Amino acid sequence: MHQIEILGNNDTRSGFGAGLLEAGKADNRVVALCADLTGSLKMDAFKKEFPERFFQMGIAEANMIGVAAGLATAGKIPFTGTFANFSTGRVYDQIRQSVAYSDKNVKICASHAGVTLGEDGATHQILEDIGMMRMLPGMVVINPCDFNQTKAATIAIAKYHGPCYLRFGRPKVPIFTSPDQVFEIGKAVTIFEGTDVSIFCTGHLVWKSIQAAQALAEKGISAEVINIHTIKPLDNEAVVASVLKTGCAVSAEEHMYNGGLGDSVAQLLGRNMPRPIEFVGVNDSFGESGTPDQLMSKYGLDVMDVVAAAERAIKRK
Amino acid sequence: MPSTKELENIASQVRRDIVRMVHAVQSGHPGGSLGCADYFTALYFQIMNHKPAQFTQDAKNEDVFILSNGHISPVFYSVLARSGYFPVNELATFRKLNSRLQGHPATHEGLPGIRIASGSLGQGLSVACGIGLAKKLENDASFVYVNTGDGELQEGQNWEAIMFASHRKLNNLIVTVDYNKQQIDGNIEEIMGFYDLKAKFEAFGWSVYEMDGNNMQDILDTNAKVKANISDKPNVIIMKTEMGAGVDFMMGSHEWHGIAPNDEQLARALNQLPETLGDY
Repeated sequence: MHQIEILGNNDTRSGFGAGLLEAGKADNRVVALCADLTGSLKMDAFKKEFPERFFQMGIAEANMIGVAAGLATAGKIPFTGTFANFSTGRVYDQIRQSVAYSDKNVKICASHAGVTLGEDGATHQILEDIGMMRMLPGMVVINPCDFNQTKAATIAIAKYHGPCYLRFGRPKVPIFTSPDQVFEIGKAVTIFEGTDVSIFCTGHLVWKSIQAAQALAEKGISAEVINIHTIKPLDNEAVVASVLKTGCAVSAEEHMYNGGLGDSVAQLLGRNMPRPIEFVGVNDSFGESGTPDQLMSKYGLDVMDVVAAAERAIKRK
Repeated sequence: MPSTKELENIASQVRRDIVRMVHAVQSGHPGGSLGCADYFTALYFQIMNHKPAQFTQDAKNEDVFILSNGHISPVFYSVLARSGYFPVNELATFRKLNSRLQGHPATHEGLPGIRIASGSLGQGLSVACGIGLAKKLENDASFVYVNTGDGELQEGQNWEAIMFASHRKLNNLIVTVDYNKQQIDGNIEEIMGFYDLKAKFEAFGWSVYEMDGNNMQDILDTNAKVKANISDKPNVIIMKTEMGAGVDFMMGSHEWHGIAPNDEQLARALNQLPETLGDY
């Protein structure tokens, strides 16, 4: 029952690049801006196909966000691209005033999020970005799990009017969602149904949670795995319905406890139906240099961490 | 098209609006607002090709104005209302609860004439670059006007935008720097000199002009000169103004950057400013 087909292996940023090209073909209002990381963000294909709609911004992220706000004012659909750290923390005030408060249709697309950026270390490994973006009124926050879903999410946000934060990553990870999926913003995706614990996961932690559910099944524990690709707006109905059934929850994300998916789920449950919840995430710490696998393990973001969190949650019921 | 004298008369009413708005809520920024009253009047009543009665965010085939130093919102609101973007009586709601006239300009409440929020400094020039870029993409020959403060140029983002505008040959930008040489803590040269703006902009590849921002004829002449000399460079006008211009006791000091006149000071100010269009 807990079988899932692996369709391939690729990085989520390539899904963004593929989606951006599709979005650009579908709507000539789509324009792209990049702060000197075109290759890393996989924006080359868009640049090649639509050179007049691609803007090299240089290493000047604050200006990039402002220019995007101006392009959106004039009716374009701008996608900005840089690493997650430079997409959020570096330009928080520009996003706050010129994009979110001004209600501009800007798509802030952020690669290399979290510790899986790897060897570059903590200066580049942002673990607070979901929190910052979630705090902004009206901002949609999306963290897809694989190549296909990132591609579908990129196409979907081009069709949605309003500011969006799209977060993806650097390493190659298994592809397990359908290439034909229709991405619904704000709609959770149930991967496995279960009765003992609800695992709400996002981004790279979705695959880890799938493996955790398989490990839990071998121990006789039935885990419900729900992919929360959209952290804001949260699919409240799906979360509540699942926890009503299972009686406890685990959140799993490549992000701080503070401000992340876990915070959102805990807040929702606390207000509506308090139940035990355990968090898989980084606990108030910066990252460091290392390989992605080493870091996911050291910072408590691995399969066994999800398994242990599920067992703790069940015990507290 | 209004004559120079008629524009000066409108500017007098705009100045009355500014001091009355700020006095009514005992907060706001009269100094810079008064200093820019002549230029903003010229922009909204003569220079810009715009459609106050049919306001659209995207401003296709229309000139756009972006206020980067959002704290001089009183002068912005006054010229917007007086030129027909919203009812003049609405100026009475400035900075009050449930108003569309926020302390600093915002799109959030849907006030016609505003296309971007400003207040946190240094962002308007980037936004203007984006609008200018979009106009280029669409072969829209209209202009994008931006006003920044001189102290505001201490924000680094401006220089990112100044580089970008030049690199992309955004010759549809006409930036004014409100060069009143004052900022909250004092004289600009003391706070962050050396301040050779002309040399800085020229080094970044801009066409640089200078004008007296409190002389209506010079404002009109300089703008005609800019239009007659459009090259492939973005354009900046270093606009010398007097903070508090038009109200003698507010002039020549940074003290009136962000404080409101009391009842007696309001009366003295209004005595110096003829009521030409009727107070709101």
